[in-house]
Amino acid sequence: MSQAKSSLLTLKINGQKHDVAAPMHHTLCEVLRYKLNLTGTKQGCDKGDCGACTVLIDGAPVLSCLTVSGTVACDENRSPEITTIEGLATASGLDPVQDAFDRCGALQCGFCQPGMMLSARALLNETSSPSLQQIRKALSGNLCRCTGYTKILEACLMAAIEEEKGGDSEEAYEAMRKDALAVGPFVPVSNKKNGKTQ
Amino acid sequence: MTAFMPKNVNFLAHGTTVPNPLEQNQDTNHSIGTRARKVDGAAKATGQTLYADDISLPGMLHCKIKRSTRAHARIVAINTAPAETMEGVYAVMVGDELPTKYGIIPWTKDETPLAVGRVRHVGEGVAAVAAVDEETAIRAARAIEVTYEDLPPILSCEEAKKTGDTPETKVNDKAKVGNITKRVDLAFGDTAQAIADSDVVVEGNFYFCGTTHAAIEPHCAIGHMDPRGMLTVISATQVPHYLHRDLAWVLKLPANRIRVIQPAVGGAFGGKSEPFDLEFVVAYLSMKCGRPVKCLYEREEVFYAHRGRHPMDMKMELGATSDGRLKGLRSEIDIDGGAYASFGLITAYYAGQLLTGPVGYENYHFTATRYYTNKPPCGPKRGHGSVQPRFGFEILLDMMAEKLGLDPFEIRRKNFVGNFQETVNGQQMGTLGLNKVLDAVKVASDWDGRKATKQRGRGMGVATSMYISGTNYPIYPNQMPQSSVQVQLDRSGRATIFSGASDIGQGSDSVLATIVCEELGTELGDVKVVSSDTDLTPVDLGAYSSRVTLMMGHAAQEACRNLRKKVQEAVAECWRDDEEAQKFIEPGFKPKDVLLAGGKAFFRYNTELQMPLAKAFQLAEAAHGTLGATGGYRTQMRGGDYRGGTIGSSPAYSCTAHLADVSVDEETGQITIHKIWCAHDCGKALNPVLVEGQIEGSTYMGAAEVALEEMHYGPNPVRQGMLVGPSLLDYRIPTTLDTPAIEALIVEEPDPNGPYGAKEAGEGPLHSSIPAVANAIYDAVGIRLTQLPFSPNKVLAALRAQRAPTPNPDAQPASPLPSTAAAGANDAASTKFVS
Repeated sequence: MSQAKSSLLTLKINGQKHDVAAPMHHTLCEVLRYKLNLTGTKQGCDKGDCGACTVLIDGAPVLSCLTVSGTVACDENRSPEITTIEGLATASGLDPVQDAFDRCGALQCGFCQPGMMLSARALLNETSSPSLQQIRKALSGNLCRCTGYTKILEACLMAAIEEEKGGDSEEAYEAMRKDALAVGPFVPVSNKKNGKTQ
Repeated sequence: MTAFMPKNVNFLAHGTTVPNPLEQNQDTNHSIGTRARKVDGAAKATGQTLYADDISLPGMLHCKIKRSTRAHARIVAINTAPAETMEGVYAVMVGDELPTKYGIIPWTKDETPLAVGRVRHVGEGVAAVAAVDEETAIRAARAIEVTYEDLPPILSCEEAKKTGDTPETKVNDKAKVGNITKRVDLAFGDTAQAIADSDVVVEGNFYFCGTTHAAIEPHCAIGHMDPRGMLTVISATQVPHYLHRDLAWVLKLPANRIRVIQPAVGGAFGGKSEPFDLEFVVAYLSMKCGRPVKCLYEREEVFYAHRGRHPMDMKMELGATSDGRLKGLRSEIDIDGGAYASFGLITAYYAGQLLTGPVGYENYHFTATRYYTNKPPCGPKRGHGSVQPRFGFEILLDMMAEKLGLDPFEIRRKNFVGNFQETVNGQQMGTLGLNKVLDAVKVASDWDGRKATKQRGRGMGVATSMYISGTNYPIYPNQMPQSSVQVQLDRSGRATIFSGASDIGQGSDSVLATIVCEELGTELGDVKVVSSDTDLTPVDLGAYSSRVTLMMGHAAQEACRNLRKKVQEAVAECWRDDEEAQKFIEPGFKPKDVLLAGGKAFFRYNTELQMPLAKAFQLAEAAHGTLGATGGYRTQMRGGDYRGGTIGSSPAYSCTAHLADVSVDEETGQITIHKIWCAHDCGKALNPVLVEGQIEGSTYMGAAEVALEEMHYGPNPVRQGMLVGPSLLDYRIPTTLDTPAIEALIVEEPDPNGPYGAKEAGEGPLHSSIPAVANAIYDAVGIRLTQLPFSPNKVLAALRAQRAPTPNPDAQPASPLPSTAAAGANDAASTKFVS
């Protein structure tokens, strides 16, 4: 029997309010996974290193394993919107990010991907056609061990293009993919940075 | 698909019987080779896939394992009373309750689920509790009191060599001599003479630090002994079959009372390829309290479970004639094994056995000695045992090419062992696309163009490697198939395939579905894959040594072709009797003229004559009865005729080339890997997206081992075997910002022993990633780095040594690690070989 006393929280998750009894110190990750059975949110390290537990709170990516559940509960003044991977797809189908991850082969073991896709969603909500570097930055808090990130970056580019241009995006995607793999001129980075040659 | 008829076939009699794909196949690759989505992609994209920790059973308890804080100590006493009396605690266990030793290799059973009498590394399990929730379990585990009597910890190969003859300094009783797990000494030809006769000799000391898998999903297992006495273990494992066997062995239960289920696994890379303490512990605790028990590792525990890449200290010497023909290689390797054997017996062989291709030589002598030390046990990580020597060898090749004034591509082409040839150590090669992979990276990287504009500070390097597509032998000797499948056809036109193969993210379920579609004409959505559940699926030995596609693929082909024949016959029979169909078919019409593809059965020469697959299946069921078939695959005798000659033998070998583009900042010592091109000969890409994913992921993992990752225990006198920072923050795995651009280039050189010619793609593309970067660094600034990882202090030390006309002791980096003290301060070629 747990010593910690539970209290009643109201969390607004994927558009629906849920009442849940949980000890005050439980993290959002624990409450989502073990109290509400929303197991799409993953726990990889439980200390904020890996990003697998990323969820969106009012559209911004947050590490649910470092978020005490009470701090994102609804009260009379506010009702923070929590989006988990289960809330990304709608009745009309997958979110373009999910579809692109599937299509590009970005999902290998798939364990880090719920967090990864939510980080990507947050980026695309803010930035309509992000550069590759912007994507890299936005996803830098989400570790993936399977893919070498290559197909994840491709998937983000594809999702961005699809959102902007609709279905017919093969050409734009190919161009961006080529861009993503380009390495630039064959000169040392240190020289470029210091503006000198040796 | 073009017909593939190999020339110079020396070894076709071995392995399997796929003489000519054209005869076997329906000569249309409508499913094989397509960039299809994964069968589990949509579930993964929506978060619906269930991993072990996502599963909850009614009444389930939570387990926590109490772990050792000492590297080496006798257990004097364990007081479990404070835990047992705690409210919410259901059961407590200690190591003595399960004293049977087990081990993944049947000849080196040397560990127990929890420590018995002695702890051998920090983090080893000592006791365990099952409690109503995780927090109570944590409190109870903390309340258990363990009294230790410290023993001197043995923390390096050097210490292990000197000790081991007294009970106090013997890390593991399994060691017959000193602290040696296994010593391999294999000689082929007269290497000493060959090197003495060589015109040019290069030599080097190389150090490969230990690294770990760091799969993002921590290990997790649920045990449930039900009232009928049937034990179910649900575990994030790569080897459900071996786990099944070891559970029976350790728990003293008949194997037919145990069911092992492997749910979706969140990455493994070799880190889940043997039984771990938690699997026995949850099973035993469940037997004790009659309720399901779950254990989820904390990230720290994953680091202690380890079984990652072995640190290896390697001395290598390579001789060649002045025209660039390699004469002989001598290699002497010390392997730091950690506290238990794990796969160590195999590791010691792999350290030498997989280095004889694709670049070959006439004489070879290697010794490899694995020592027990008081650290978490090392085991197989992607490219098991052969990544480390590959690192040294490919650098030596680069040095040799430079000394001979040869192009690094040229020296490799010149010494290519060739297709269908035998290597110096008696391994029988199939196809090896060495020339094609070299061409591919050379062209894609614009090697020639870039070389012409080269400046100091940026460079390019190339390296090659090969890898096995499955080991030829199961881990325990037996005559049964290594992989089996069962296929069932439904009247609705669906196919269900049951396979013991473990999908750990690499996509083996998708590969199975692809093969079913290819053979039976179903569409991907009409194939259901049921995998890795010992109650439901026939045995497959597991996801290790890159064996799954090749072995499972053959098994699936066999089962599907059996069924296809029945379907074709039934459809042909129907058309022969059908007046409409008579308009299309001609005399001589045979069942094989019925083509199954895209959810339909067609007349091959006029596709207007067709019927839905569901109808075809119904006709077949009417004609032949219930439609089900099995298929199995077992390798034939291969390998060298000497002790250990079968280790490293495989039905087929893949071949890889990496080309790295790297900058070195001479002020900070920082290495920037701009891009790595990787061309990999996988025989036939059954799904190119999956193959690219494996190439990219492997290359990334190699790049990570070059620049960042290390299992760091030092300084030993202070830390006493404590891992520094067992977390994903301190063990530095690359983020999106650290990972170079990676371009995967698929090369197909079909192998007659592979299904559709396919070979492995999961591990081979890691090996040469590392030496390619090392060679690129030399190209950029002229320093030979030989001690991994290439941290800025090692780069700076090597640059200082380069500037100093004579070797300067001050140029050594201020690293407390004895193993890194040499730190590449001297050019590797200047280091003397000690025999």
